[in-house]
Amino acid sequence: MTDANPILDVTVPAQAPWSGLVRRGQTLRITDTEGCQAVDTLFYRADDLGERYSSQDTVRMQGAAYVTVGTPLVSSEGRVMARVTADSCGRHDTSAGACSCESNTVRFGHATRYLHACRENFALEVAKYGLTKRDIPPNINFFMNVPIEQNGDLAIVDGVSAPGDYIEITAEMDVICVISNCPQINNPCNGFNPTPVRVTIRDAD
Amino acid sequence: MTTASPNTAEETIAENRRRYEALKRAGQDQAPRALPPPSPHGLPLPGAVLHAETLPGGWYWTTHLARGEGLRIALDHGPASVALVAWSAADPSERLNTADTVKVQWTTALQKGRVLFSDMGRVMLSLTEDSCGAHDSLAGGSNAAANAARYPGGPHRNTRDNLVLAALKAGLDRRDIPALVSFFAPVSVGPEGRLAWNEAGRRSGDFVDLRAEMDLTVTLSNCPHPLDPAPDYAPNPVAVTRFRAPPSAADDLCRTATPEASRGFENNALAGQ
Repeated sequence: MTDANPILDVTVPAQAPWSGLVRRGQTLRITDTEGCQAVDTLFYRADDLGERYSSQDTVRMQGAAYVTVGTPLVSSEGRVMARVTADSCGRHDTSAGACSCESNTVRFGHATRYLHACRENFALEVAKYGLTKRDIPPNINFFMNVPIEQNGDLAIVDGVSAPGDYIEITAEMDVICVISNCPQINNPCNGFNPTPVRVTIRDAD
Repeated sequence: MTTASPNTAEETIAENRRRYEALKRAGQDQAPRALPPPSPHGLPLPGAVLHAETLPGGWYWTTHLARGEGLRIALDHGPASVALVAWSAADPSERLNTADTVKVQWTTALQKGRVLFSDMGRVMLSLTEDSCGAHDSLAGGSNAAANAARYPGGPHRNTRDNLVLAALKAGLDRRDIPALVSFFAPVSVGPEGRLAWNEAGRRSGDFVDLRAEMDLTVTLSNCPHPLDPAPDYAPNPVAVTRFRAPPSAADDLCRTATPEASRGFENNALAGQ
């Protein structure tokens, strides 16, 4: 797939949020420009923000825990919002949610409370649309490697995305995409060093 | 220069990585060894019954649990799966967060000694007893379309609609429905992430005891789990009992099983819970 002549082409700085409208048929590409950078992502139906991405419905519909090419991204109402149409990386998480100041204290100790976190990015970004904390469900973590073992063991481990790896998502309804370019420095999801990512949107070929 | 200099970026990264690897080892190697075996079937309730309910197959039920009260969910009438969501009674914008629950405890294997976290880093419920240890927090519940595609006859009641109804009756709406935990849902994750159902992982007589760690509104939905391969829609009734749980001692299992749970309870204490 080429990414020529996108209708939007932005760099999301390290640790920053982004959101935008992706119309039905358009393709969103997220490029992990420097590699090993988790991109926490949510989708909301543009004309009914009460319908939003559901990690559990996505896992249920495909009968598998990881997101990769072909995965339908399913809403809380059980509808396909978008589909992963290209993936140069191979495996993405949708079970481990977003980091937050609050959960960081539980995971890494109370001294980590005052560090920027994805929940902060999501809250500021969804507030632009009149949404609140109750509208932030568990998300997708593009480029985040969270293997789940048969015995239930689950951990964030070193990312497998190389510089320039990308994921493409083609919308099947008009959606608002909300991104937190993950600022976490306490686990390997960003190689302990958050970096920028690139977001492009292009019309159907 | 021989004086101490600020850490270089590389040193900070190396230090953060060392700390993470130590936490991961503690979370995945030591914590599971410290957890007790499953509870025996038929264990008496540890306190007085406050309310007993038989939740019919396909239906939902909402209860308030005051901090310290217990809820037993028991398969006294045959196999079933029971979906649970929970909201803080004081501030329903604080609710069950399954992703944080599995992430901070380093496991999807919820069992006796584990806890369920809210989105605010606090403990909502403790699994004080559990005879089963096969509970799912990844695949969610059924909805109308899935049941229509899956079962003959119908329409059959489904968990999504049950939770919409429960949320509305609690003064909330569908935006407030969090991702759920399904008790007695033996789902495992295989290679490449494929989910599998292991019916042998649940038995008639299985039960869990949950202890509220803050004042809660809890909704249960008793519909077949979406991965349950049984060909017919035939959920059994489930016995639900709200009871007065004994006060938790300083060495309480759920409060002390892992450093993560201990820090969660410290967050509860900071919030006056």
